[in-house]
Amino acid sequence: MKTLRISIIGFGSVGQGVARVISMKQDYLQSIGLDLKVVAIVDSKGCEIDAKGINLNNALERKATTGTVALLDKDSIYVIKNIEHDIVVDTTPTNIETGEPGLSNILTAFEHKRHVVTSSKGPLVVDHKRLVETARKNNVEFRYEATVGGAIPILNLARDALAGNKIERIEGILNGTCNFILSRMAEQEGYTYEDVLSEALGLGIAETDPTSDVEGYDAACKVVILANTIFNMNVKFEDVAITGITRITPEALKLAADHGYVIKLIGVVREGELSVAPKLVPKGHPLSVRGTLNVASIQTQLAGHITVSGPGAGSLETASAILSDIISIYRTQ
Amino acid sequence: MKESTRISMDLELKDIPGQLALALIPLSEFKGNLVGVFHHREKRTPSGRIPVNMAFEIAPANLAPLLEKLAENDISVARVNEDRLIEQLFVILIGHIVHTDIKDTIDAIDKTGSAEVIDLSLSMPKIDGESSAHMIISATGKNELEHARRLFLDIAKGKNLLVIEPIGSDGEVLA
Repeated sequence: MKTLRISIIGFGSVGQGVARVISMKQDYLQSIGLDLKVVAIVDSKGCEIDAKGINLNNALERKATTGTVALLDKDSIYVIKNIEHDIVVDTTPTNIETGEPGLSNILTAFEHKRHVVTSSKGPLVVDHKRLVETARKNNVEFRYEATVGGAIPILNLARDALAGNKIERIEGILNGTCNFILSRMAEQEGYTYEDVLSEALGLGIAETDPTSDVEGYDAACKVVILANTIFNMNVKFEDVAITGITRITPEALKLAADHGYVIKLIGVVREGELSVAPKLVPKGHPLSVRGTLNVASIQTQLAGHITVSGPGAGSLETASAILSDIISIYRTQ
Repeated sequence: MKESTRISMDLELKDIPGQLALALIPLSEFKGNLVGVFHHREKRTPSGRIPVNMAFEIAPANLAPLLEKLAENDISVARVNEDRLIEQLFVILIGHIVHTDIKDTIDAIDKTGSAEVIDLSLSMPKIDGESSAHMIISATGKNELEHARRLFLDIAKGKNLLVIEPIGSDGEVLA
């Protein structure tokens, strides 16, 4: 049995999902020889630390009742520097301008020879090259499957399962909120963009400020991460040509439907093109998935098109991608 | 509602067994409805292929993938419909389409001589709001269509029209 100690930095929806998934999967983890202990949890108000392993159910309950997990007044940098552990799981919110607080958390972790698994897009969009090089220099692993497509394995699929294939193009639906809005507008004749947006807000599918989703910024972040990771590019957010979905009309969806198409917000990564824009997708095409689903089609040199689809967000769904990264680090040790 | 369109297509098949199946199976895959098949054995081409006219109905969105599949099966397509315009691009437009002079946009494409706008329908729910339209641009070949597409995208950008293209319609100009 090998023991891996982890910290969870950020205890919002994704961080709590990670705690739940680790708690649920204890028997399985033991069966593969992994004793996974959460030794620290940090949120914006402080932290809980226990070198023997935190009782995750108690931590989740305290968060639910008091709004914080904090028992100590220490921040993430303190925990990453001073608490002995192997993997930092960063689930802090995304800031695509500064990359913070994830960027500092991750760089500090590398400097202290700790592996990192993150779901935060900000650090990768702002400074991918520096992060990858710092991880390599310190001989630690850096995994971030949860940043693109939530639960869908896209990065690890391209890197591991499709190793040896030249990836020529990746295109897909990388934002579930936009997919929900466009799907509903297409299904309910006469529903305007504004009608469906308020429905999405009511269902918790859209955020109070939906700008990042509906203007295509969130999908563009994922395009940047795919380009830098799978295509070895060195591109920034500004390099992506972005058109959002706010101008899409019910009439446009009807005209498209009359000719056998649906309209989807599609991200494209290939040599010479980085884009996010509404595109016409033939009905029945693998990219024509509905609701909040995400989908990615990977065009390979040897294997043709490989398409993966599934939930692009959600607490447990995103945590499942984080758990798979943790297990894959365990297997490299 | 326009679910499918009638297509008359001239194919040139090798004179060996199984060739017609290579044309008909993709048609079935893309949910085409076969109306008739006519062999013209008497009009054998100089390369020894047999001209076959196939008439069918198919969803417009499935025509391009069908043509691709036929090319993959090494089936030569000599003609699609009566016109010689064999490459088509279907797009949706959103914006002040009428106010920004749609006729000028169409004329610019028609003036290329190798491409033209063959279909257009406009939906304008409010006088001062943005309207939506579908447009089909047809051209004599892939390169001609790509030239027309780039010209059209330039014009649309200048008029602040949102153009929604089919996935994969970003072909490189070959020459």
